[in-house]
Amino acid sequence: MLQDKDRIFTNLYGIHDFGLKGALMRGNWDGTKGILEKGRDWIINEMKSSGLRGRGGAGFSTGLKWSFMPKQSDGRPHYLVVNADESEPGTCKDREIMRNDPHTLIEGCLIASFAMGAHAAYIYVRGEFIRERERLQAAVDQAYEAKLIGKDNIHGYPFDLYVHHGAGAYICGEETALIESLEGKKGMPRLKPPFPANMGLYGCPTTVNNVESIAVAPEILRRGAAWFAGIGRPNNVGTKLFGIMGHVNTPCVVEDAMGITFRELVEKHGGGIRGGWDNLLAIIPGGASCPMVPAAACEDLIMDFDGLRSVKSSFGTAGCLVMDKSTDVVRAITRISYFFKHESCGQCTPCREGTGWMWRVLNRMSEGRAQKREIDVLLEVTTQIEGHTICALGDAAAWPVQGLIRNFRHEIEKRIDQYAANPHPDPVPMAAE
Amino acid sequence: MAKIVVDGTEVDVPAEYTLLQACEAAGVEIPRFCFHERLSIAGNCRMCLVEVKGGPPKPTASCAMAVKDLRPGPNGEPPVVLTKSPMVKKAREGVMEFLLINHPLDCPICDQGGECDLQDQAMAYGVDTSRFAENKRAVEDKYIGPLVRTSMNRCIHCTRCVRFTTEVAGASDLGAIGRGEDMEITTYLEHAMRSEMQGNVADLCPVGALTHKPYAFHARPWELNKTESIDVMDAVGSNIRIDTRGREVMRILPRTNDAVNEEWISDKTRYVWDGLKTQRLDRPYVRKGGRLVPATWPEAFDAVAAKVKATPAKRIGAIVGDLASVEEAFALKQLLTKLGSASIDCRQDGAALDPSLGRASYLFNAGIAGIEEADAILLVGTDPRHEASVLNARIRKRWRATGGKLKIALVGAQADLTYPYEYLGAGPETLADLAGSGTFADVLKGAEKPLVIVGQGALARADGAAVLSLAARLALSVGAVKDGWNGFGVLHTAASRVGALDVGCVPGEGGLDAAALAAPGGADVVFLLGADEIDVAPGAFVVYLGTHGDRGAHRADVILPGAAYSEKSGLYVNTEGRVQFANRAAFPPGDAREDWAILRALSEVLGQKLPYDQLSALRAALVAAHPHIGRIGAIEAADPAGLTALAQRGGNTDKGGFAPVITDFYLTNPIARASAVMAECSALRLGGVAAVAAE
Repeated sequence: MLQDKDRIFTNLYGIHDFGLKGALMRGNWDGTKGILEKGRDWIINEMKSSGLRGRGGAGFSTGLKWSFMPKQSDGRPHYLVVNADESEPGTCKDREIMRNDPHTLIEGCLIASFAMGAHAAYIYVRGEFIRERERLQAAVDQAYEAKLIGKDNIHGYPFDLYVHHGAGAYICGEETALIESLEGKKGMPRLKPPFPANMGLYGCPTTVNNVESIAVAPEILRRGAAWFAGIGRPNNVGTKLFGIMGHVNTPCVVEDAMGITFRELVEKHGGGIRGGWDNLLAIIPGGASCPMVPAAACEDLIMDFDGLRSVKSSFGTAGCLVMDKSTDVVRAITRISYFFKHESCGQCTPCREGTGWMWRVLNRMSEGRAQKREIDVLLEVTTQIEGHTICALGDAAAWPVQGLIRNFRHEIEKRIDQYAANPHPDPVPMAAE
Repeated sequence: MAKIVVDGTEVDVPAEYTLLQACEAAGVEIPRFCFHERLSIAGNCRMCLVEVKGGPPKPTASCAMAVKDLRPGPNGEPPVVLTKSPMVKKAREGVMEFLLINHPLDCPICDQGGECDLQDQAMAYGVDTSRFAENKRAVEDKYIGPLVRTSMNRCIHCTRCVRFTTEVAGASDLGAIGRGEDMEITTYLEHAMRSEMQGNVADLCPVGALTHKPYAFHARPWELNKTESIDVMDAVGSNIRIDTRGREVMRILPRTNDAVNEEWISDKTRYVWDGLKTQRLDRPYVRKGGRLVPATWPEAFDAVAAKVKATPAKRIGAIVGDLASVEEAFALKQLLTKLGSASIDCRQDGAALDPSLGRASYLFNAGIAGIEEADAILLVGTDPRHEASVLNARIRKRWRATGGKLKIALVGAQADLTYPYEYLGAGPETLADLAGSGTFADVLKGAEKPLVIVGQGALARADGAAVLSLAARLALSVGAVKDGWNGFGVLHTAASRVGALDVGCVPGEGGLDAAALAAPGGADVVFLLGADEIDVAPGAFVVYLGTHGDRGAHRADVILPGAAYSEKSGLYVNTEGRVQFANRAAFPPGDAREDWAILRALSEVLGQKLPYDQLSALRAALVAAHPHIGRIGAIEAADPAGLTALAQRGGNTDKGGFAPVITDFYLTNPIARASAVMAECSALRLGGVAAVAAE
């Protein structure tokens, strides 16, 4: 378990002042100038050797991503865009940062922008995050007032930070759709290549990072890459905000070391599973798009990128949804499927048509109104979507369904049999949620 | 150039080629819906997926990936693309299945049936059945104007129509609203599209979601005879295909010609065909007792002969109309010459064009494709959007290609041209100022290939000759005329004009021009070869040779019914001087005959027999007299020396501003005026008809 001295977000629960005064007491903005003075290359190398992997779900090395930005500007400005469009069901870590520890993010923006030669950064906040945006904006205003950022600031690097409020579309969390939306267009993902590091916001080199990736950067640089790399397992290092929700006794967001076991996470922080460990049915480990992990695999499950890949799921954003045995998994996945159908932007064919198809079939299956052979059809439909779309929303929509069929095929078949045996009169009794 | 291996065939293609183009270069067909060569890349249909060896373990959209973006193999081997692998086959089948789950499959009642990309590709790349057992999506049909019919259930959201209207047509009328499977293509408020090129969206639509409203439920593509022809609605000479069933023209479609119209045509070109069936002159008429009464050909010819023989040659004249082919103009000119008259004119609008100064003085010398090289454009007295919509699209294309940096300025009446321009002033004074100095003159001077486009609005006025001279002087002074570039161009509005000027249909010595012929007491006998845009004053005996019961026919004393452009084989020379050949697609109605044949028959009655019995003989005589007319498809480059003489001519200019030439885009000629579709468009443009709700 992570020791208190190793925590980066020391006001995660909003016990202290979120503002500048509190942030300074917590050590934010300490020696920022010194970090900048060490130069771009030092910062990027330090980030690379810290082993920080992007916290937005894909887990790409943050330092490496920063290094893709052109070293010299060709006349076009560079931009940093922070993806605060945290809309994945089951993920709520970034909002805690924005409303309780916003200065970690603002300081991170300055340092990251410096490291990639950007003089302006945009934070794209999810439309539904009203209070978070207010807090964040207040913190940005404080930073401007204290001349921590701005055209003429005490760090000697002209830097402007803008908080942009989205309109509440999940797809705008995709980096190129986010850029489109920021430009005032419809949030539809762009084709890659060209990649944003070459042609991003307004056609200029841009890096899009998750809030958490940026917010942890200052602390890593202050304490040194070795400190961060020393936490967790190789290739899965550092501290991470975990979300624990669903059928646990005390749902929470908590910072802990990567590589913590699921059991420790849920028992130490989540207060244990409702009805005891044996009542566990399955978990969705990293936000709604990750395939579910059945209880049997949760026994020694290690919560990090490689640990979850070994159980054919993915770490995602570490928002861990726990389902006990009272859960109707088919209905749960049907609801997730509806979410992706609703949030599909409609641009490319497989996702536009396939998400609706999957939801409709699942909707019937959750009542049992289906044929068993349709399970295989459904599985094949998911593979026809996965990997065939412009952005990863198609994949994200396919994985939960694949996870359901892989792990709970018997549950669907049982439902179909039940319905076939008693197709009409009273509705099949549903378990309480 | 970059090497790439497609299905085992190594090809060498430019590095910026997309994989789709590279595959085509290797002779491999890639199915596609959203990709179109002349539109931006959307990459959204996912039909063109291919497998790239060594890339990510998923298929790649070949329309959006450039050859240069592929990494070579570990030892520098060229990248390998597979288009027939199991992965690609599965991807295509999957996408096709998705496209069809919400497609109504109402092919038997769909106008696109038989020429539908979705049908064809479903046959070639799809599977035989669908596994989709749910209800299909239903989408309300939208009203987007009187020309394009919608059936939105069929839409596959390729966004070609949206991209065409925003990119090529320059009207952001169409767009997509809604997300996911609720996405719909619409004009937002269900108003009619406001473009002169909207019909092209129905051509672009790969399915039957957008079809041609006037053609709806009229015919099936396999019943139609397809004839290659040339459009006469404007002077661009758009290449068209006329589809006929029996004697009836069913529709008109564009043909691809990158030098002229690319693959677009204007709505007037496309939807004028119903005008070919109404108001037609199908028998000769002779005016008796103030009324036109039907007559036989001999009666009509006798009436003409009697009058002509009783009239001194000097009092006979002829006006060539806007839709005439070169052969007719040439035959008419010969007939007049034989009769001893020099009074022939093809400039019924009075444009001050003088072929004696050489072709450079009246051609669009840079060529239509030359617009894509221009780096500064001055428009003088012209509204290309309405005078030559397709050419205007080319200017817009150039403007877009330069990233909006192309400098364009206008002298004349202000209009929405679909691209921004600097408005310099209204009339000749501004032009004169510009010739002296002025900031835009500096822009033109600084440009590598400046273009000065003079429209008929600047020429069809009393001081037209002086304005033309002034424009030529400006063009010369800014260096628009140099080796390898002649940036002086006249934009014509009449399809016949350049050809008629080429064969010398202007008054000879002592001859009267069009205005003089039409003036009271001007001439005693006037032949109108389809000339409907001029009013011949009372007194003259008017012989009208034309197709429609329009202005000219109402004024006529004898009507000789001719053939419309779809009903005769003819040559046309477009505004850039390109000679183009139009085939006959149908036959003239009733007793109407081809115009050259009427002139030939009339010449015999008049005792001045023209020396040809067949069209081929007429053409031979024409080519013998004017060799460049024989070079079909080519432009005979004009000698720019004539421009110097033109510039020196000078003259005094008047004060008033240049007036627009076209007041109603949809009603510029007798065929268009006979068309109910054009009338509806015109009324809608003027705000006369409220938009009707979607069907």
